[in-house]
Amino acid sequence: MGDHAAQPMSDTPSLSTLPFRTGATTALPLAAVVGLFGVSFGVLAVSGGGVGAVPAIVMSASTFAGSAQFAAASVIAAGGQPIAAIAAALLLNARYIPIGVSVARFLPGGPLRRLVLAQLVIDESWAIAAKGEGEFDGQRLIGAGVVLWVAWVAGTVAGVLGGEALGDPTALGLDAAFPALFLALLIPQLRSRSAVVAAVLGGAIALALTPFTPPGVPIIAAAAAALIGLTRR
Amino acid sequence: MSDAWLIVIVVALGTIAIKASGPVLLGRRTLPPRVGAVVTLLAPALLAALVVNASVSSGSQLVADARLIGLGAAVIALAVRAPILVVVLVAAAATALARLLGL
Repeated sequence: MGDHAAQPMSDTPSLSTLPFRTGATTALPLAAVVGLFGVSFGVLAVSGGGVGAVPAIVMSASTFAGSAQFAAASVIAAGGQPIAAIAAALLLNARYIPIGVSVARFLPGGPLRRLVLAQLVIDESWAIAAKGEGEFDGQRLIGAGVVLWVAWVAGTVAGVLGGEALGDPTALGLDAAFPALFLALLIPQLRSRSAVVAAVLGGAIALALTPFTPPGVPIIAAAAAALIGLTRR
Repeated sequence: MSDAWLIVIVVALGTIAIKASGPVLLGRRTLPPRVGAVVTLLAPALLAALVVNASVSSGSQLVADARLIGLGAAVIALAVRAPILVVVLVAAAATALARLLGL
């Protein structure tokens, strides 16, 4: 409310509009990719054992976190319990706690506005907003986030509408798209030795527990591998 | 309420709270380093578990099927630095081809 009055009117466009547009245009090529992932999420949602058409669209609009949505979908597709799907998705999204902390002081407005703007933070918009040395451009983050959100939701709608026409997802190899996607998301995370150790441990825990536990449980148990972070000085 | 709606609503509310926690509650403060380190390592640990789970599990059984061929193709695509979408399409195509050949 009061935050608009704090800036002189003449300076407002150059201060906020330009970085917003820079963020939006930088995000456009990524938006094409994110949109196509939205399509594949929509297709999987309406295939056998998926979450269904309307829940998938609501999920993309409200959750806006691709890897967590795919994780929940893969637990459901494997016949896991709802609690396992929820836990897997939320543990995967826990990385947005430190990511949110890193951009906190660059987002404008009061608590309610910041709550809404914080939803635009995903890996890609965060990366676009990074200026280095722990500094971020809040307006660039918002511009990129809006473009990517629209692409993600529109893609999901397209996938839901077109999914039934595509037929059997296994014949198209779409079930193998899951591990490939998770692997592609994992590689950029492996920037430190402890990240590599956590990944190897997490994979080993999942492999070891699969024959002995209900679907979804091995993924949640793998979160324990992150505790090696406690040993770091 | 169906399981699907339960999952969608709880994951949405949880994610909204997670994303908003820093900007709304913490403001300019930072997480204790050890807590931050554990939270940062959750993503690689879980993504690796998801790779394993999505490639060799079927319910509560370990199986080796055409998905592994797709994963191998994805590794090759990643090694030559293909864009993420190409990696996924290559994996799906290789798996579909393997199934067509009866592997």
